[in-house]
Amino acid sequence: MSTLAANRKPKVMGLRDAISTYVHSGDTVSLEGFTHAIPTAAGHEIIRQGITDLTLVRMTADIVVDQMLAANCISTLVSSFVGNSSAGSLGEIRRRIEASGPQNLNYVEYSHYGMVCRYLAGAQKLPFYPLRSYFGSDLPKVNPEIRKVLSPYPGPDGKPEEIYVVPPINPDVAIVHAQRADQWGNVQMWGLTGIQAEAVFSAKHAIVTVEEIVPDDVVRSDPNRTIIPSHAVSAVVPVPFGAHPSFIQGYYDRDNDFYRSWSAISADEALLAEWLATWVHGTTDHSEYVELMGAAERERLSVAPAMSQPVNYGRRR
Amino acid sequence: MTTTQSYSVDELITITAARELVDNSVVFAGIGLPTLAVSLAQNTTATNLEVIYESGVCGAHPSELPSTIADAVLITDSEAVLTISALFGYVLQGGRIDVGFLGAAQIDKHGNLNSSVIGDWDAPAKRLPGSGGAHEVLANANETFVIMRRHTARAFVKELDFCTSAGPDRVIAEGGTPRSRGVTKVFTEYGVMSRAGAGEELTLTAIHRGITAEDVVAATGWELQVSPELTVIAPPTEAELALLRDEIDPSGVYLR
Repeated sequence: MSTLAANRKPKVMGLRDAISTYVHSGDTVSLEGFTHAIPTAAGHEIIRQGITDLTLVRMTADIVVDQMLAANCISTLVSSFVGNSSAGSLGEIRRRIEASGPQNLNYVEYSHYGMVCRYLAGAQKLPFYPLRSYFGSDLPKVNPEIRKVLSPYPGPDGKPEEIYVVPPINPDVAIVHAQRADQWGNVQMWGLTGIQAEAVFSAKHAIVTVEEIVPDDVVRSDPNRTIIPSHAVSAVVPVPFGAHPSFIQGYYDRDNDFYRSWSAISADEALLAEWLATWVHGTTDHSEYVELMGAAERERLSVAPAMSQPVNYGRRR
Repeated sequence: MTTTQSYSVDELITITAARELVDNSVVFAGIGLPTLAVSLAQNTTATNLEVIYESGVCGAHPSELPSTIADAVLITDSEAVLTISALFGYVLQGGRIDVGFLGAAQIDKHGNLNSSVIGDWDAPAKRLPGSGGAHEVLANANETFVIMRRHTARAFVKELDFCTSAGPDRVIAEGGTPRSRGVTKVFTEYGVMSRAGAGEELTLTAIHRGITAEDVVAATGWELQVSPELTVIAPPTEAELALLRDEIDPSGVYLR
């Protein structure tokens, strides 16, 4: 018995079309992936298409944000961490924020849970989301969107209680990367799933890049593995190695050498421009970028299998 | 057993911090010296210590020392992987963490932390990473241990350039109710500063061998109080150093 309509349309698109259809200059764009599964290839395609004036929302603003800044894609950055993991500095972000630089980035600073709550409010269409953070911190002084309200209920001590709230975020488009999806855009992910589902549900449109498109029955053999269902996805895009230099659990490892090298590349504007010219503007799409990495590099990042045990969903006799 | 070997500042700090971790507690650890301290404690005095990583991993059994909080080796063979909203909402804000581990660019005498900027926030001399989860760790973990490798008056300041993460005294000053004791221990190259919670200043309670209280007071930007019961920390043992060097970080990921 199948209830699927015969006229259901597959959501598979190419990356160039997905970006040009759903990302426009001036948009608010969320790129998520918490160290794992960072949608780097999509960020590079935004650079190739010369999209500008974005408000970029990303909890951990790292290398791909530094690259998009250097390519002049971003005018406002909303984030809770601007750093190259434990591997050094992000030269372009620092230049655009620090007093000695042009200071042409509007930076909106949160803590991690403040960003999480913005996505939770956005996904649920709430006017705000309360959290027990921010008392005593200077963050609300530099970010007027972090506000304090009187709770309508008494606190634990029976007295009136004040609590901080953050506003919803509803990006024009959210972009995330995952291991696999079916042609309908049911996205399956494992390992660190981060804030991806909340980001997608908060957005008007969602582009999901994946390592591979798999047959429907692969997804349906393990529906709990689907963290984002088809109805929340606008386009699903096969982009192997689309998260490099970050990693994909079970597919390839993190390119720690690249993370370490970024400190020196981004510290020097000329080196950074040269890097973009070679790796982004010098490639027509991500498959050329992967070609340029070379077989030896891909082999260096490969991982040995560690299979999970299948679970039994049962079937009515 | 006392060693006659030499050891680095990182080894000294790691070993001192490991000794302070109480068995059966739940620790929220970042990568670097906190990871090493937790591993050492799990191998010595606190075998039932549970570690939770900011990436959402609980009960990690890594095949090698992780190089980031989200290293793939933390996920494979782990007991649970949570979403970020579950980790921050249920685990941290839900009050499930006994001890948080943090670092910072600046700390003041009440254990308030700056990891955002040096200079003015609007036009900083130096932009730092910012909160990440540090603000929520300090606010919600029952107590927080801080590791500051360099003990200088530029890091141990009278006034923070910016308060990213607030301890209980600042929470109270704004009319809030603190949910944590804030920073209770600070580990540095010179020794350990301690406080019990709100209302108390960080006080020098222990120093490493060869260091004097005057050295530490001179390197601190506020008038550091010295405990009348100041102790000298027992130097790393051969066993502790061997565990750290040969089993926990044999390839020198953090101990360079």
